[in-house]
Amino acid sequence: MSATSTRRPLPDFLRRWEVLLLALLIVSVLINVIQSPFYLSLENIVNLFQLSIEKIIVALVMTFIIINGEIDLSVASVMGLAACVVAFLHNQGVPVAIGVVMALLVGVLCGAFNGFWIARAGLPSLAVTLAGLIGYRGAARILVEDRSIGNFPDWFNALGQQPLIGPLPFALILFFVMLIAAAVILQRTAFGRYVYVIGNNREVARYSGIKVRRVKWSLFIASSTIAALAGVLLAARLGAVRGNTAEGFELDIITMVLLGGVSIFGGSGTMTGVALSILLILNLRNGMSLANITGNTQTGVIGALLILSVLVPNLIVGARAWRSRLRRATPTRLSQ
Amino acid sequence: MTSIRRAFRPEQIRALSLFALLVVLILFFASQIPNYLSGRTFTRISTGVAVVAIVAVGQTLVVLTRNIDLSVGSIVGCTAYFVGTALANDNAIAPAVAIVMALAIGAAAGAVNGVLVAYGRVPSIIVTLGTLAIYRSFLVAVSEARTVTIDSLPDWVKELPRANLIQIGELDVRVLVALALAIVIIFQLVLTYTQFGRRLFAIGSNPEAARVAGLPAQRTVFLAFVLCGALAGLAGFFFLVRFGNVTVVAAQGLELQSVAAVVVGGVNIFGGSGSMIGALLGAVLVETIQQSLIRMPQVSEFWIEALLGLLILLAVASDALILNRLRRIWSRPAATEPPPPEPTQP
Repeated sequence: MSATSTRRPLPDFLRRWEVLLLALLIVSVLINVIQSPFYLSLENIVNLFQLSIEKIIVALVMTFIIINGEIDLSVASVMGLAACVVAFLHNQGVPVAIGVVMALLVGVLCGAFNGFWIARAGLPSLAVTLAGLIGYRGAARILVEDRSIGNFPDWFNALGQQPLIGPLPFALILFFVMLIAAAVILQRTAFGRYVYVIGNNREVARYSGIKVRRVKWSLFIASSTIAALAGVLLAARLGAVRGNTAEGFELDIITMVLLGGVSIFGGSGTMTGVALSILLILNLRNGMSLANITGNTQTGVIGALLILSVLVPNLIVGARAWRSRLRRATPTRLSQ
Repeated sequence: MTSIRRAFRPEQIRALSLFALLVVLILFFASQIPNYLSGRTFTRISTGVAVVAIVAVGQTLVVLTRNIDLSVGSIVGCTAYFVGTALANDNAIAPAVAIVMALAIGAAAGAVNGVLVAYGRVPSIIVTLGTLAIYRSFLVAVSEARTVTIDSLPDWVKELPRANLIQIGELDVRVLVALALAIVIIFQLVLTYTQFGRRLFAIGSNPEAARVAGLPAQRTVFLAFVLCGALAGLAGFFFLVRFGNVTVVAAQGLELQSVAAVVVGGVNIFGGSGSMIGALLGAVLVETIQQSLIRMPQVSEFWIEALLGLLILLAVASDALILNRLRRIWSRPAATEPPPPEPTQP
């Protein structure tokens, strides 16, 4: 703070993370437009969302979880499990509609299971959801083994691919509805404030009378249920399900949230930031595809982005602290 | 009660119950699978354990400091592939040179993790989730999806996996297994008797206190990641020797196995307590279940992952709920008796 007071500070709104994201977004869109004149066509934009629609739906709930100071590593496995439940039941002759309901129920159960260990037993979400990442994926593999199950009825395939209103498919409409709902809940309701307060200081939240356990429990149930829904949508879009469906998606989802300026330590972040970072990542992926960069390399780039999105703010804070420490006496270290 | 308390510490009870579980499991598999208790089963499981155990030793170093390394699977894959390619191109490379190469590649990858975690202050879960993807995609991009085949490797690589150190009755102890055991023992000694080892415990049990006490926390965490990477590199060499054929997806998922082994083996996921012997026991348990399920006719091998997840959860939950309660009981008479044993001591 004091370090910046000597020079003329940038206006406040320009120093916000969201502005940085917006600038990056504009640059990436410009580069893409130069690469391909068709970039801004409606089909390409719908397609751009379509290709990652399931991930970005889950990223919305992950935002709540990370602001709350927790993490859910099991989402991709829950997505895979839900897709496999639909496929398995379909293969057994159960109507797909019932299969979808069962998949969502499985999602609720997974979330309740995670929530029980995290909120009730007080285990760290990292350990519990890492076990979930392995365990739910294992359950998915038990169901479909090494088969690939497809041949879903037409209405189910259409759900994932065909436009519903104008050019917009069902999943995309769902995403925008959820985005608005998530932004309102997080930034305009008491529940949203609780999520921040708990993420900032769990003890203070508890002493203020906030039902910390109930908030955490409902967040993890919401996370797994939405992940299950996303898994069903993924099955509908792909038209076939395998044991490894949605494997590794947690990388993209967590990157979207952290790049959006949500602190991995909890307590801060905005839905606007996450929405911008989602757009940015979709643009980057699409741009890299246009430039003939393989999906594998894209994953590597996303991994680097994930690290950078935490490293860069850390370095900025570190540089500020270092500068202000230079003004005071350097504290002596007691090492050895 | 007091006499029991004097004879065992909670950690020893945990290790003993893990051992008992292992014995029960082996007896169970023996009753289900024909010809289970044989020298071949021992060889198969022990060579598998050799790879997992080395990775688990490195993982233990990192987990002790309250961190985690999810990139080890990718590091093992990278080293196995790159060392394999080098050996295939030049069959004259000496074994020692190959091992040094593997260690160096692994240590370099670990150093990247270490710098970002210790000096960049990025949480290890974020860093290694990122490098898990980065290292693997680097491997896929560089290799252009080519495969190392066993025919192209020098003869000593082909002979090494079947080389025996000693033979006890029907049981063959492979050289690889003996090497892995030696590494476990060496690092157990490092943990117990060296300054570096004790610092790992101190930082893991209370990072803030360790820093205030003047321990070089950043350097120690960095070193833990470098060692973890180097050990993963060595495991990559073992992987190459054991299988001969290495594809770009080699050792995918090994990070989860190593975390499972470590956590099941009683290394606390919140850092600060655990032992290499425990991690070895965990690795043996995980590998035994994995190798035995494949041979069980009535259960599909696809159960392995679901079981691993359940095992990890049970281990974490029992550590947090039961072990803490035991420790409290153990330390209760501290006022009248000599001070309670250090819970961090393996």
